[in-house]
Amino acid sequence: MSKLPLIIRREYLAKVRNKSFVIMTFLSPVLMVAMVVLVAYLAQVNDAEKRVVAVLNQSDYFSTDFQTTESVSYIRFFDIDLQTAKDSTSNMGYTGLLYIPSEENLERVTQMAVFFTKDSPNSIFLKKLEWVFEDRLRQSRLQQMGVSSKEFATVDREFEINTTTFSGEQNLKHINEIKAGIGLAFGYLIMMFIIIYGGFVMRSVIEEKTSRIIEVIISSVRPFQLLMGKIIGTSLAGLTQFAIWIVSVGILILIASIFIDVDLNTLNEGSDVIKNETGDAMMPIPSISETANLYTQEVFELPWLMLISSFLVYFILGYLIYSSIYAAIGAAVDNETDTQQFIFPIILPLMLAIYVGFFSVFNNPHGPIAVGFSLFPLTSPIVMLMRLPWGIGEGGVPVWQLLTSILLLLGTFIGIVWLAAKIYRVGILMYGKKPTYKELFKWLKY
Amino acid sequence: MNNILVTKEVTKHFGNYTALDKVSLEIPKNCIYGLLGPNGAGKTTLIRIINQITYPDQGEVMFDGKPLRPEHISMIGYLPEERGLYKSMKVGEQALYLARLKGLDKVEAKKRLKYWFDRLDIGDWWNKKIQELSKGMAQKIQFIVTVLHAPKLLIFDEPFSGFDPINANLIKDEILKLKDQGTSIIFSTHRMESVEELCEHIALLHRSEKILDGKLSDIKKAYKKNRFQVGMYSENGEIDLDEIKTKFKLSFVAHDLVEKQLNFTVQLPTSDSRGLLSYLSEKGNIHHFQEKIPSANEIFIQTVQSKSAHE
Repeated sequence: MSKLPLIIRREYLAKVRNKSFVIMTFLSPVLMVAMVVLVAYLAQVNDAEKRVVAVLNQSDYFSTDFQTTESVSYIRFFDIDLQTAKDSTSNMGYTGLLYIPSEENLERVTQMAVFFTKDSPNSIFLKKLEWVFEDRLRQSRLQQMGVSSKEFATVDREFEINTTTFSGEQNLKHINEIKAGIGLAFGYLIMMFIIIYGGFVMRSVIEEKTSRIIEVIISSVRPFQLLMGKIIGTSLAGLTQFAIWIVSVGILILIASIFIDVDLNTLNEGSDVIKNETGDAMMPIPSISETANLYTQEVFELPWLMLISSFLVYFILGYLIYSSIYAAIGAAVDNETDTQQFIFPIILPLMLAIYVGFFSVFNNPHGPIAVGFSLFPLTSPIVMLMRLPWGIGEGGVPVWQLLTSILLLLGTFIGIVWLAAKIYRVGILMYGKKPTYKELFKWLKY
Repeated sequence: MNNILVTKEVTKHFGNYTALDKVSLEIPKNCIYGLLGPNGAGKTTLIRIINQITYPDQGEVMFDGKPLRPEHISMIGYLPEERGLYKSMKVGEQALYLARLKGLDKVEAKKRLKYWFDRLDIGDWWNKKIQELSKGMAQKIQFIVTVLHAPKLLIFDEPFSGFDPINANLIKDEILKLKDQGTSIIFSTHRMESVEELCEHIALLHRSEKILDGKLSDIKKAYKKNRFQVGMYSENGEIDLDEIKTKFKLSFVAHDLVEKQLNFTVQLPTSDSRGLLSYLSEKGNIHHFQEKIPSANEIFIQTVQSKSAHE
């Protein structure tokens, strides 16, 4: 039928020409950036308050420590007792008083040292204080053992175990997290798209009902055509929005890279220097850039073609299922305020999918929970996409699971669209009733 | 085939509710057919079945001699009672879209729209949005969109609601013109005076059933009760009412002393009024003598009430 393209075109243009759509498209990337900047700024402001810490050091140690820095000023008390020090600290409104008593050795000194504050102290600052003590303790203990700090530095080196697959390829430790992250990004994208554009479809249906144009339209086209035209047109508008975002982010990155001029070569040189200094030829430690290169390579070697094509399959089917439910809801009600009771049950499986994906796919991408939710049609578009970066077949998602999942999704798609179309067909001509689930069930039989 | 549309025992249920119960209608070509009935009688359901918005559970609908099929949609124009337009869409764009949904191509649709916009003198509205127009103005657009694709059958559900009297007249004239050009029209309304004015045939639906249909003039003939309204001048002396009363059954007697007129209604046993007229002409001057024909409104109320009383 040649009417479907007409409907798609109208729905698309109606959406794209809408002022709020234009504003959202161009403003939301700016808003996102602004938000990140704002949060960072606020965090900085929050911590910008300069701390003043009084130090009453009666010991022979720590004479060179506790130097005033940008964020902390240290004020030293001399020749007063602890009580006077405490009183004057609180009188002067200082953040706290660090009391280091006079004892026979460093171990005793550190044990007896106290940090007095009015309220419970800031944990980050406390950690920094503790590091000073730890450092001094370590030095003194090393000295007692007759080990130089340089010798200790060669001993105290972090160890990472080599991981390889049975066939001998190098395996990267964090690659699973990266894979899950990529999957999560896909899944999250699908969820956002469904919630935003499903909502658009629903509002568009309600608009046709409240403006009473619906009966004029469906005397010309079948309700099913209108439903499909609406869903497709709206999703094309959404894809347009995404395309604009991707292109503008690309341009932003390009501009940023020209001005900031960070390129990988400088990073590489830096790490080479570190490597030369350690100068251990026997057992070469992979430098940061080498590891990064390996990760980049691994990420590039992910089955992207398969990932993107399955993303499209799950995206299209998942979106169609959910947006036809949204359309049915729009048809069942007279105004947007009545939609709440129906929307929650839709968002529930989406949220569940994201959380299940986050907690179980990260831990074990092929565990029973992950498998179950990647087969269940209402969650599979999100959960299966999180599993797919591990590939298909050996070590990845078994072929039968992928096929079952897609077939279940396809079956559900046909079933749900059929049901939604029935509710839609009846609902668009019903006015003045606030429907119940029972009522909706009855409509299926009309 | 002389009928544009025939329904044969069309039945439609919504759950346990029967919206239409074996409704059979024959709607002749090139005529205005009044579809009447109280609220909830099933008019809208029937109209929606004709428009293939819903489908009958049983029964058959024939369009121009063939079973009703999706391709007939482009031959039907429908102005629903619940009507409206996209509020934020421009008038011209919207009219073009709706016309193309009815199967007109873009060029033809534009040409026809221009003709109708000029004819109804609204050419400068093309780029306005519907929300900038008044209700009556939007109704004009709606009317144009309904008739634009020159359908064989037009269905108007309460077409005059929302129009001021001047525009209602304008639309009425357009409907009559369309009829003269050969269009068949189904006209659903509660406004009996427009039924009287426009419809040649009517069907009366009540509680999901058709209880009356046919040519309006035939129905009126069938419903008349041999009652005659008489007006006589009484200035030349008294008319002996009591004498008339002994010969005929009188009612609604009214003596207008200022105008010196006597008005009354006579019930005759047959439709033969010659005896009455010659008798009365001997008694005095008659200024009017008319058989009382029931109005569509009276027939409507009477039929519906008697039907309800039987149940």
